[in-house]
Amino acid sequence: MEKSDNLTTIAVTGLNAIDSPGPGIAVIRALRDGLAKPLRIIGLSYETLEPGIYMHDVVDKTYQIPYPAAGSDALLRRLQYIHEKENLQLIIPNFDAELHNFIKLGPVLQTMGIATFLPTQEQFDVRDKINLFRFGQQQGLTVPKDKIINSIAELNSCEESLGFPLVVKGKFYDAIVAYTMEQAQKAFYKLSAKWGFPIIVQEFIDGTEINIAVLGDGKGNAVSIIPMRKLYITDKGKAWAGITLEDDKLIKVASDFVNATNWKGGCELEIMRTKKDELYIMEINPRFPAWIYLSAAAGQNQPAALAKMAMGEAVPVFTGYEVGKIFIRYSWDHITDIKEFHQVSGMGEL
Amino acid sequence: MKKMLYESPSIQKLNGGMMNKFGTRTEYEPVKQIDGVAVQTMMAQYGSPLFVLSERTIRRNYQNAVRAFKTRYPKVQFAWSYKTNYLNAVCKIFHQEGSWAEVVSGFEYRKAIGNGVPGNKIIFNGPEKTNEELELAVNNGSLIHIDHFDELYQLIILSDQLNKKPRVAIRVNMDTGIYPMWDRFGFNYENGQAFSALSKIVASGKMELIGLHCHIGTFMLSTDAYATAVKKLGDLAWKCKTQLNTSIQYIDLGGGFPSANTLRGSFLPGTDNVPSVDEFAEAITNGLLQLGFGADELPLLILESGRVLIDDAGYLLASVIANKRLSDGRRATILDAGVNLLFTSFWYDHKISPAQDFTQHSEDMVLYGPLCMNIDVIRQSINLPILNRGDKVVVHKVGAYNMTQWMQFIQMRPNVILIDEQGQTHLVRAAENLQYVEQPERMPEHLKPIDL
Amino acid sequence: MYLKKNIATSESGFIFNPSSGDSYNVNPVAAEILQQLKQGTALAAIKENILKDYEVEPMRLEQDLEDFMNQLKEANLLEN
Repeated sequence: MEKSDNLTTIAVTGLNAIDSPGPGIAVIRALRDGLAKPLRIIGLSYETLEPGIYMHDVVDKTYQIPYPAAGSDALLRRLQYIHEKENLQLIIPNFDAELHNFIKLGPVLQTMGIATFLPTQEQFDVRDKINLFRFGQQQGLTVPKDKIINSIAELNSCEESLGFPLVVKGKFYDAIVAYTMEQAQKAFYKLSAKWGFPIIVQEFIDGTEINIAVLGDGKGNAVSIIPMRKLYITDKGKAWAGITLEDDKLIKVASDFVNATNWKGGCELEIMRTKKDELYIMEINPRFPAWIYLSAAAGQNQPAALAKMAMGEAVPVFTGYEVGKIFIRYSWDHITDIKEFHQVSGMGEL
Repeated sequence: MKKMLYESPSIQKLNGGMMNKFGTRTEYEPVKQIDGVAVQTMMAQYGSPLFVLSERTIRRNYQNAVRAFKTRYPKVQFAWSYKTNYLNAVCKIFHQEGSWAEVVSGFEYRKAIGNGVPGNKIIFNGPEKTNEELELAVNNGSLIHIDHFDELYQLIILSDQLNKKPRVAIRVNMDTGIYPMWDRFGFNYENGQAFSALSKIVASGKMELIGLHCHIGTFMLSTDAYATAVKKLGDLAWKCKTQLNTSIQYIDLGGGFPSANTLRGSFLPGTDNVPSVDEFAEAITNGLLQLGFGADELPLLILESGRVLIDDAGYLLASVIANKRLSDGRRATILDAGVNLLFTSFWYDHKISPAQDFTQHSEDMVLYGPLCMNIDVIRQSINLPILNRGDKVVVHKVGAYNMTQWMQFIQMRPNVILIDEQGQTHLVRAAENLQYVEQPERMPEHLKPIDL
Repeated sequence: MYLKKNIATSESGFIFNPSSGDSYNVNPVAAEILQQLKQGTALAAIKENILKDYEVEPMRLEQDLEDFMNQLKEANLLEN
């Protein structure tokens, strides 16, 4: 394998470009668009049928990596093996569940010559839904009120302070809107059985959902902010198509968030705009969204900017982007051979 | 021609969504020795199964914990939690290192006395203390931690009879944001019960109130809860000083620090989500220093850590009895050590390593113990190389609670050995035999003759 | 007992069953056994061959072979 000095090798996760896609393929597309140097893209995959593994004009080579639950030690050993073969300069992880490990390994990876550009564990934790309301209160950000509860009896006090309808949320995933106490109790039992305690009970906010892709420099500046509204969604609630928006209030919410956290890296704010034009931060995803290529298409290539910053280049704050740019997601049946599937399954690389 | 290395033939279906095993092999690197002593040698000498304790690890853990607290706070005392592991050899290591004893029954109390711990360095906790046991503790000047009002009045009566002033603390329970809240032990902080107990103690004039105690829970993964506990106990200490004119000499925060074991159902392995002793020390000592006490009146900080100091110093060595295939096609491996010895396998996914070399092929399997009981499962699902009859395995981090909660059920308990710091092995508890188990039994005369 | 005719075996230890679409990964001893089954070698002869080439006790091999053949049957890879 040629390894010339001007070759940049970047590893990317999230190659699952399926109906509910991971961001990896979009990130790679943006990197290939936005970085001038010859690029070698290394895919890091968890499952053997992540489409990106087989898309050889997008991903040059893929290695399987251990599931996040195997822990940071197992991940490090696998990355050491990959690094020996590929001489990685940068890793861009794209799954929430794997970030804990990559954040933990950040300093070790740096000594190996591999850059990352990730939030600190503290930044990662404050936007966790268990902490979001309290964090928002401290920082003057508008977030829905919530109560963290551990027993069914505490639901009564939620009725007083939050009123109906309210949203009952599991510790990790799932949210159920409840209109009556009975529904709330059912949701409580269902979610606690599935995800354990605590349960988060949140004020119901009605409005229009807006998503914002944000890149923070880690010093309190938002290098890029691109707001988008979904034009149509799939039955799973994922974006089918979306359009870039222009609204200074949205930009301000995002830059306030970056300012309050010193957020480092990419993230996605899920915003709810009420009829009274209040902007609530509903959730913060600690990585690029799957629609991140729209940022590049609109003139602010966030993945490329992240790569440059990670590798020590100064990147000025973007100004201006094309409003009214639309993405429409489509599916494509990629063709491969059983040999490639065997290779990935048996050897762990392709 | 030399014959090739054999391995049982294995076929596994490839699934698109299956867990891949690449990079996860650290889970089962062979562990052939402990502190430089070969696993095979120990098992040849002491049999199988076999508990092994590392004196080096115990001392290192203890010294590390003391360092973590003493570099942050001037007055720190550890008290070894007997129930975690009360093999006398283990207790003696901690006492040699300077640890007091923390006991929760008359049985443990007498063990501590037997181990040479001075009475005034024994902390007597727990909900059950008989009159006789309390009398012993009062006469020895031990630190009695009162659990409920009945015990408080029991002590008032006893102090009259003995004409002595017991040295006491109360156990306090409180809301530290942890669920479930441990409110079954001690007096509640939030509803004022704790302060009422303190007032009664002082008003009685019969006891010397010297400390405050709490133990907020076990296997705590949050350091914040300890900071909250310090704040609330500190508040009580202030009230004792200002309203009851009594200075609290020590604050005992109990134990609860987790080991690096992986709790069942936890997403990340224990090694990745368990805070270090330093992080707990930081939260606790920060809290203490902010209570507002002057440098000369800072209370002594007592810690009753157990698990975090001993868990990773204990190993269980076991042998493979058999392999079988279950009706659903899964492989099952039967070991000679089960839940009778490994009580903690009910709540941990213990890490288990083969003790010999193996090839790269592995399979998901169930690990069973030797008991003729359906619940005897050590791991519901673990990916291990194919183990053959007679192969040895090492179960890690079993030093806490197993050597006290083990059961003499169906099988007898095996040898326990200690590897000293020079790499010498010592038998510290001999395997049980039939005579030992039957020794307390008595046979009614009419049941003696038998004619089959 | 024979391996179904259309089962594809590769040198690197992969088995593909074209009639079900299932793929399997096997270890070297299993690959060897499958190769011989495919050539129509009788089980008794396979056993002899393995004993000759590999470091293994006859009792253990017998147990393993029985287990392995059962797995092949479960996976629907054998001709009845």
